[in-house]
Order: sequence, then C-alpha cells, then structure tokens
Amino acid sequence: MKRLLTFLLLFVMSATVVFGCSPTGGNQQQVLSIYNYASYIAPEAIAQFEKENNVKIQYDTFENSDALYAKLKQGNPGYDLIFPADYMVKIMIAENIIEPLNLNNIPNQKNLEPKFINQAFDPGNKYSLPYQWGTMGIGYNLKATTGDINSWAAMFDPKYTGKVAWQDDARYTFAGVLMYLGFDPNTTNPEEINKARDLLIKSKNIIAAFVPDTGQNMLDQGEVNLTMEWSGDIFQVMRENPNIRYAIPKEGTIIFSDNMAIPKGAPQKELAEKFINFILQPEVGAQISNFTHFGSPNKAAIDQGLIDPNDLKNPQIYPPAEVFGKMKLLQDVGKATALYDRAWTEVKAGAGK
Amino acid sequence: MTKTKLDLLVRAIGKKWLWVQAALAFAFLYLPILILIIYSFNASRFNAVWRGFTLDWYRSLFSNAGATIATSSSAGIWTALNNSLLIAAISTVLATVFGTMIALALERFHFPGRKAVEALLFLPIIMPEITIGISLLVFFTLVFRIVENLTGIRLNLGLPTVIIGHVVFNISFVTITVRARLAELDPQLEQAAFDLGANEWRTFWRITLPLIWPAIFSAALLALTLSLDDFVVTFFTTGVGSMTLPLFVYGLIKFSVTPAINAISTLMLLASLLLVVSSLKVQKN
Repeated sequence: MKRLLTFLLLFVMSATVVFGCSPTGGNQQQVLSIYNYASYIAPEAIAQFEKENNVKIQYDTFENSDALYAKLKQGNPGYDLIFPADYMVKIMIAENIIEPLNLNNIPNQKNLEPKFINQAFDPGNKYSLPYQWGTMGIGYNLKATTGDINSWAAMFDPKYTGKVAWQDDARYTFAGVLMYLGFDPNTTNPEEINKARDLLIKSKNIIAAFVPDTGQNMLDQGEVNLTMEWSGDIFQVMRENPNIRYAIPKEGTIIFSDNMAIPKGAPQKELAEKFINFILQPEVGAQISNFTHFGSPNKAAIDQGLIDPNDLKNPQIYPPAEVFGKMKLLQDVGKATALYDRAWTEVKAGAGK
Repeated sequence: MTKTKLDLLVRAIGKKWLWVQAALAFAFLYLPILILIIYSFNASRFNAVWRGFTLDWYRSLFSNAGATIATSSSAGIWTALNNSLLIAAISTVLATVFGTMIALALERFHFPGRKAVEALLFLPIIMPEITIGISLLVFFTLVFRIVENLTGIRLNLGLPTVIIGHVVFNISFVTITVRARLAELDPQLEQAAFDLGANEWRTFWRITLPLIWPAIFSAALLALTLSLDDFVVTFFTTGVGSMTLPLFVYGLIKFSVTPAINAISTLMLLASLLLVVSSLKVQKN
C-alpha cells in the first residue's frame, strides 16, 4: 500500500512539474491567436499586421467548421479570432460560444458590400463580419462534355453514366437536386424532399459516388466527368488541368460565406477587432482574395480595382446580378433536419453508393 | 498416386505458394508507402495525377521553413513537426518510466486493489480514442476552472496537456509489453541476487533491468510511434500553438494536401528507418 501511495505521489508530482513548465502569461510581445483553414490567408497580410502592430500572430488550422465547433464547445483554449461558416455562426450565437463585436472598433466595415452584411444567420452583424465567399457548383471535364454546361440537368444526363459525383452531405446534395426541380433548397416540405430523393435514386447508375469534398481530385484523375464541388477547389485544379471548367447552374446554387468572429474568453479581444478592421481594408481584402481566388465581400476593394482583373472578370467567381440573385445560403431547417436525414439514408441505401 | 506422393506434391505446391503469399503481403504493406515516396517528387500541387518530376517540395520544405505551406508567417510544417517530436519524446520517456514501474509492481508485489489496477490498465486500449479525448478535455477544463478559482492563475490547453494525454494511453501499452517479458523472467535469478547479499535496489539495476531492457526498449519505440501518429486524443487536448503534424495534415484537407506532406513523410520514414536499424544494432550488442 505504501508503495502504491508513493507511486501515486510520484505521478501527481511529475504531472505538476510538466504543468509548471507551461508558458502561461509572460510580458513579452503580444500574441494574437488565429484559428482558420490552412492556405486561407495571404502570408503577406499576416506579416504586415505583425510589423505594423509589433505583435506575433499564432496561426493554427482546422479542417472544417464542425471541428472548430468541437474544439470550442468545451471552452475556448485561448483563440482570439475564428473563421466559422455561415450556418456555424448561427449555432455559435445560439450556444453562446462567440462574443458580440464592438463595431465601433471596426470602422472599415463600411467597405463591405451591402448584400453580404445583415444576413439571416447574424442579423445586424452583432457577432460576425464576412471574410470570403464562394459557391457550390459543378466542376466538369470539357473533354467529356464537349462544350460548356450551365444546368444541374447535366448531372442527370445518361450520357455521363457512372461518371458523376455528388457531395457526401445530405444538405448540399439535396440543395442541388431541389434547385434543379425548382424548389427552395431550404424547403421543409416532405413532398419536395421526397421528390429530390426519388430523382437521386432513379439516377443511381449515373452516380459514381458521393464524395467528401474530394470531387476535384476525382475530376482531375478522370474518374468522374462531373462533380458537385466548391468553386475554389475547382479553380485550383483548373490551373494545372486545362480541360477542367466550373459552372454555376442557371437554376441557382448554394453560396457560402466564411466569417470572422471572436470566441468567448478570447485573451486579446481588442487586438482581434483591430485585426478584423485590418482585414476589411480594401488593400488587404484584395490581397487575400487574390491569393485564395475566392470572392471578396469587400466592395471598396472591387471598386478601387484592387482585385485581380482575371478573377473579377470571371463570372464563376463574381457572377452577374441575375445569377447572384438565385443563389441561396443553406439555412438551419430545424425539425426538418430529420426529414433530410431520413431521405438521405434512403438515397444511400437505394443508390447503393 | 500413393498417399506419400500426394503429400509431397501438396508440400511442394505449398512451399511455392507460401513465397507468393509472402510477396503479396509485403507488396500490400509497402506499395502505398512506395507510392507516397514517388509522389513526393510530383510536379502537381495536388496529389491526384502525376505531372512530372520535381524537387520543389523538398526545396520548399527547406527554403522557407515550410511556412508557405500553411500560408502564414508563423505556422508551418516545421513547427508542427517540432511539436510532434517534442510531445512524442517527452511522453515516451514518461510513459516508459511509469509503465515499467507499474509492470514491476503488478508482477512482483501483491497489494490490495491489484486486480483493479490491472483492469484499469486495459481500459485505454479497449476504449475508443474519442472517449479518452473528450473525457480528458472535460477533465482539463474542470481542473483549470478549479485552479483559476483557487489561485487566480489561468491555465490553458497546450503542449503539456497533449503530453499528459499521450502518456495516458501509452502507459498501458508499455506496461503490457514489459509485463510479458517479466512473466517469462525466472524469479530465481533475483532471489539468487538477494542470497548473494544484494539489496532490492542493487538487484534491480544489476539483474532485473538488464534482463527486461529489450522489452522496455521496444515498448518505448511503440509508445513513440503511437504518440507521433495520434490524432484524436491530440485534437481534444491541444491548445493554441501546439499543432502536431497529424493535425496539420488534416487541416490541409479543405484545400487539398500538397506533395510537401509526402516529402516530409518520406523524411520521417527515413528517420524512423534509421531508428529501427540502430535499435536492431543495440539489441544485437
């Protein structure tokens, strides 16, 4: 028994020693801790902010908004600034994970395009400001389609049997099918959801796979000819593979926006607001979009001609107003989520993919 | 055909077939690694299609300290690798020391609650990693809150918590490996040492430790590998600035994993190969 106690004591002691070594506090340079996607910010922007404010930026990365949520749910481990997707902002507000912004500290919000502010997931932008945006459209191989496509109908064309990939995500894939059928992608009507389900099951021979955000690779490898995928992912592959194209279907599609928000308990809230304000400068906003090739919500950056003209001219990155008008954000459908889940299970079983 | 002839035929076929089977098994195990190495020289930014030979990924690893890959000035592949190695080294040492101590205690002494300790040891191996991860996270946040209320010092998740997390699951593996060796060991050797006048301490250093040393060494190697690989427990216990390589690689998924990851994996493979070769040498001597 004595030995056991000694052992326990030793264990506790060594654990405390390890803790004691942890670098808590300290009066060195201020550190701004950012939690964002990898490759989602221009390195020069980080360097510039560090130099101008004599701070150090600690840039950690996550793989998707759900991982971000999992990390912050039990309490903020010390991040000052996070980049949640639109639907996640809503969840985080509801669960008290993010802190209201002091908009007085962020005068540069005036640079933002009106259509990107005051959105349903965060009315009045009390908690978040937009960072970058893009669309979920169709990536395709020009060799297979022998011409441009512009409709979800292509995804159901028997010509491409066994060569079409959808997202392995109920809401996104259903959104595409619902829009093709002329319904609202956020519908809660069971009949409409079931029609979308039946169409997917009926076209099971055309579908090659439901893929987890890797459609661009399958397209690049030639395993599929069409894939539902994020705009930016396709554009990146396009730079290496001249046969690949991206289309925003005429029936409309899903738009996403990533946002800047401050998690509860952020050690450097004011510095984080300073950084948000810095990002919203036209020059910095343009620099970031020119690096990521995603759409910038910064109107001033566009008006002042700071965005790469090739991107700005590209209707797949900055679509014309009539196309833009048909784009929808995915919204929380509340109890209808169960309807989608069930229909999705039936699609997976029925299509056998 | 007589029975013996048939028997001989079966044996002959079996002998050849065994070779084929072994070759296939090795191919199955090592082809993916070979492809990983080949693709680290791929000129494509994506790992999907071969687009020609390049050394750019190795160059980018060493020129810009890998910073451009995470695309920020301060976070990069090297920081992640550094963290991974630091965590693996410290947690391996701790887990090996504690694990060996527990193995000795369980094998040599009878104390109340021994069965309970034994059962508890198996838990980290049986339990899904995600359960360990989440319970550690809940535990740390609770402890941190209590510490903050009592002393006003604010503790955060970081390298120390990740190290503790890794020690937690590694102790079990070390203990089991070392115990297996201890069980084989003839207790009379130790008794002989006592009879010849050595005290317990001296017996341990002169007799027990040298005899179980190979087991301790392989247990440490196992712990090192498990720690370097771990994603789930690390994910839940990590805090600001303590990204490990697996976390970093996973973070790249959104915008495609670049061959730079293959390049660093190849380098790590070389390093671990050296480690294994040197460990074989050590065991031979």
